[in-house]
This record gives sequence, structure tokens and C-alpha cells, in this order.
Amino acid sequence: MITDGAAFAFWVLAVGTCLAALSVVLLRNIFHAALLLVLTFTGVAGIYIVLSADFLAGVQLLIYAGAISILIIFAVMLTRRPVMTGGFSRFSISAAIVAVTLVIALIWVTVGLTDWSISSESPIQPTTAPLANALFDRTNGWVLPFEVASIVLLAAMIGAIAIVKDK
Amino acid sequence: MSVGLNHFLVLSAVLFSIGMYGVLAKRNVVVILMCVEIMLNAVIIALVAFSRFVTPTLLTGQVFAIFVITIAAAEAAVGLALLISIYRNRENVDVEEIDLLKM
Amino acid sequence: MDWRDFYIYHLGKVNESVRSWLSAHAAGWTAYVVPAILGAILLLVFLLPSQLMVVWIERRLIARFQIRRGPNRVGPWGLLQSIVDAIKLLSKEAIMPRYADKWPYLAAPVVGFIPAILVYAVIPFGPDLAFADLNIGLLYLVAIGSYSVISVFMAGWASSNKYALISAMRSVAVLVSYEIPNVLALVGVILLAGSLSLTDIVRAQSSGSFTWFITVQPLAFLIFFITASAEVNRTPVDLIEAEQEIVAGHHTEYSGMKFGLFYVAEYTSILAACAVMSTLFFGGWHGIPWLERYIPPWIWFIAKIYIFFAVFIWTRATLPRLRIDQLMAFAWKFLIPLSLLNILVTAVEVLLIDNTTLAPAVWMTLLAVVNYALAALLIVAWSRAFRMPRRRSADIPEVRRLGALPAETPSY
Repeated sequence: MITDGAAFAFWVLAVGTCLAALSVVLLRNIFHAALLLVLTFTGVAGIYIVLSADFLAGVQLLIYAGAISILIIFAVMLTRRPVMTGGFSRFSISAAIVAVTLVIALIWVTVGLTDWSISSESPIQPTTAPLANALFDRTNGWVLPFEVASIVLLAAMIGAIAIVKDK
Repeated sequence: MSVGLNHFLVLSAVLFSIGMYGVLAKRNVVVILMCVEIMLNAVIIALVAFSRFVTPTLLTGQVFAIFVITIAAAEAAVGLALLISIYRNRENVDVEEIDLLKM
Repeated sequence: MDWRDFYIYHLGKVNESVRSWLSAHAAGWTAYVVPAILGAILLLVFLLPSQLMVVWIERRLIARFQIRRGPNRVGPWGLLQSIVDAIKLLSKEAIMPRYADKWPYLAAPVVGFIPAILVYAVIPFGPDLAFADLNIGLLYLVAIGSYSVISVFMAGWASSNKYALISAMRSVAVLVSYEIPNVLALVGVILLAGSLSLTDIVRAQSSGSFTWFITVQPLAFLIFFITASAEVNRTPVDLIEAEQEIVAGHHTEYSGMKFGLFYVAEYTSILAACAVMSTLFFGGWHGIPWLERYIPPWIWFIAKIYIFFAVFIWTRATLPRLRIDQLMAFAWKFLIPLSLLNILVTAVEVLLIDNTTLAPAVWMTLLAVVNYALAALLIVAWSRAFRMPRRRSADIPEVRRLGALPAETPSY
């Protein structure tokens, strides 16, 4: 259980993040949507801090707010068109129905049906060194997935350059 | 006033559905990519919440979260490269009008 | 009684005594709130006068370099010039372009200023004198620093001005490229210190166990200095606001105090970059050993910040500005490979340190000699191998695309 100040922070961050995410979807101006996306990512980083995942919060700020949103903003700039292109497709009503059904189903299954075995132990803090130990542990670590992830990144980088490069 | 696992799962579900709605309902490819990122973020919130409440001493959820973030970065790079390539050829980023496999 | 027991020597003790007194005599929450407010006030007491001083120092020094006099009319030696300028900025008319995108236009200076201030939260000015000693301090620093791009982009896009937009394009391209070697250069220091917390990094450089990291990380320092000056728009690499090409860059359309905020944010982040460099490579609050007992740690630290600021002014006055394609090629072909090699070398050295039987002093000297030789060798080899071809600006597609063409030279 999280109580007191952290709980208050959770409510502020949760409501703020959901509002920002909702306006990313609803705004017609894609430039404003991109800026609110940065706000969403920052709010999610705050949620990680509430969950006492401090290293992950730093990574979230660096990768999402610092790199991915910059890439998206760059894409907004390169597709130079009038910015009011954030319109809805002809499926918007059915999409809304799907989304509402999804949220009800997800909450029903995860909160209503499943009985999670909540541990009463307090979380590890700080997480930086334990996280590294968990990743690179010799017996039950994640060294192979880590290396595969680095190859995926390299492949994505080369692929992105190959796609965009002028012939 | 205390906050438990269920609160985070509801938040994650709501964010995921907002992203899902955007992916299905928007026309601009850039906005669709943004919504995919929101969905990935919702998933990471659920992973970290499980890590915090179910196995607080193992950190497996956070390790997964790091992998998801890595893949998200790769996805954003390739997705935006494809988008720019399409824009160069078609002068358009509207999913309803990008309907040819070949030009 | 030793002078080092006084509060003025050891400012961090003030906070500790206030906290312990409050937790004994007042409600529980005051023990957190009051020291936080005290810390914020201390930071402002350093930042605001520094802001004014630094602008004056820069103008005077640049004038010296260019054999001019610089500001010398207001106050003794022109010392009050910055205050007069601030009053002028405050009283100017606030103009907004008619076709500006209102909310991003108004929010951009604020968004630029907040991360510039937030960086100071983790910088240790002395032992126990950091506002928040985060255990992910260095990661926080880098993450917060990347927000400044968003401010430049908001300003550039929302002004609906072509020069501002070109500046935004450049800033995204340049800052994203320089972010990578910037972070990679820090990894060497993290490996040696074994921690992301800035306080721990400074403690690792105390004269007892280790020396200052500049002795073993010369290449990382060089790379960090160059990338930091790109991130805070200093002259050899300040293409975001190259006034001969794109007027004033992203703040072309800003006037009055909105421009003032950009200006303040820029100098705040320059001072932050100086503070980070002295923390990571020059021993933070540590001073020269036999003088340390007379001069308080926080004075050492602030002195180091000012010295680095002078170095920034020196490079600005000495080096010509690079062209956009040269700048990008420099980051990708020179800085990134060298910083990766630096990580490799440092990692091997850290592994060797754990298994060595040599005395620390001998070992550190050995490492320092090896690293300096290696740095010199790598820089020479790389600059030989990747020498840039001499091309006319007009022949380079990036230059044409990003609007950096020089004026046509008439042919007679």
C-alpha cells in the first residue's frame, strides 16, 4: 500500500496523465498533440517514482521525453502540411465503442476477477545497482535478451537510415 | 487514502484504451505513432506496478520495462523513417489515402 | 576550536541543524519543508547575482579579446550594466506576432527556464550541500537537460517565422546528435566512481583514495566539454542562433521579458554545465590540499564554475563558427566513435583495478600516462583518417536544405 504524500501524488499524476493522453488523441492540431505527448511521458515518469522505480523514471525521461518525443516532433516538422491534420477517420464511432468495451473488460478481468497475491515486503530502494544485478546475474539474469535487444536497436538504426537515405 | 495495485491497473487500462482509440480513430500516421507510444507506456505502468506490489524484491517487472522501452525506441525510429519515406513519395501521411502497396 | 567547525565553512551543517531542531521542537512536516525552502533561497542567492556578474564578465572579457573596452559607463568599470539591461528588458513592450501559435509561443520561455533551474537540484556545492542527493543524479541531469530542445522547438515553431523555424530544425538535429557523445562521455566517470550520485562521484575523487578524474579521463573530458558547449549554444558550435545566418534563431520574434527569460535560461544552463564539469572531472568541492583547511568547500566549487565559464568565453572569442554539415559530421564521425572507445578502455581499466596488487598511487600514475598517450594517439589518428574534404558550402545538400547559404559572391 502507498499512503500519504505518495498517494496524493498518484492521484494528481494519474488524472493529469490521463487528461494529457486524452488531449493527444482529441486535439486536431498535431503540433499541440506532440507537446502534450511530452507531458504524458513526464507524468508517467512521475508514476514510476510513486512506484519507487527511480532508475526507470530517469530512463523514461531520457528515452521517451528526450528522444522519442523529439523524433516525433521532427516527423511533425518534416511532414510540412497545415498542422490541422489530426482529424478522425470514418471508424471513429466504432473505435470509441471498442475502446470503452476494452477498458471495461480490462478492469473487470484484472481488478474484478483476478486475485493478486499482494506482497507486504517493502520495495528495494535505490534500484540502480539491484537492477543491474538482476539484468546481468550469472545464473538467472537477462544477458542474452539484453544482447538481442542491442542487436534489435542496431538493426533498427541501420534500417531507418537505409529507408530514409536518398537513392 | 491509500493506493494499491488496483489503482495502477485501472490507470494502465485507461491509458491503454485511450491509446487504442487513437490508433483506431485517427487519420494522421504521426498521431497514430504517438498513440502507440501511449499504449506502450500503459503496459510499462502495469509491469512496474506488478513488480512493486507482487514481487517487490525481484525487480523482474522493471527489467521487462527496460526491454519494452528499448523496443519502443527501435519501433519509433523505424516507424518514423517509414513515415518520412512515404511522405517523400506521396506527399501525404493520411492512412485512408495510403492504400497502394506500390506506386 | 578549528575554523572548519564554523557554519560559514561548512554550509551543509546549517541545514542539518535546522532539520534536527525542527524535528525536536515543531510539527513533523516542517522538518522537510523549511530546509527545502532554505535550500531554494541559498540557490537563488548564488544564481541571481551570478547571472548578472557572468554577463558582465563575458562582455568585458570578449571586449578584451577583441581589443575594445566593453561596457564601462554605468557604475565603476560598467559593473551595473547588467542591472540596467535587466530594467530595460522589463520595461520593453511585449510584442506577439499576429500569426503566432499563442499557447506554445507564451509557454516556450517558461519551458526553457524550468529545466535550466531544475538541473541545480542535484549539484553538490559542498559536502551535504546538495539540494537533493538523488542516487540517479547523473541520469536525472542528462534527462532534464534534454527538455531544453522542446523549448527551442516550441519557440521556433510557434513564432511562425522562417528563421525561427530553421533554428528549430537545426536545434533538433544538433542537440540529438550531441546528446549521444555527451552521455557516452559520462559513462567513463560512472565506471570509475561506481555510482550515479554526484555526491558519491565527488567523494570518489577525494585526495585519499582517488585523484581528480581529469587525470584518468582526458578524452572523456574533451568530448564532454565540446558536447556541453553544443548543448548550451556556445559559439564554435552555436548554429541554433548563428546571427549571421538566421538572425537570432528561435527567439527572433521574442521581445521584452519573454526574451529575457531565454537569455537568463541560457546563462543558467551554461553555469550548470560548468558546475557539472567541475563536479565530474575536477573534484567538485575539493580544493588544493594545503589550502583546503582555510577556504570553505563551497568557495572552491564556485571558483571552479567561474574558471570554466572563462574557458567558455575564451573558446568563444578564439574559434570560428562551424558549418552545419561539419558540425553533424564531427559528432557522428569523431565524437561518438571516440567516446565508445573511451568506454571500452575505461571498462578494461576498472576490471584491472579490481585485480591489481600494485599500490594505488603507482597504479593511478600508470593509468594517467596510458590514458593521456592513448587520447593523443586516438585524436591524431582519427583526425587523419576522417579528414573532411574541402567543399564549397553551396555544394553541400544539408547546407542548402537548412538555409545556411552564405550570400552570393559576385563574379567580376
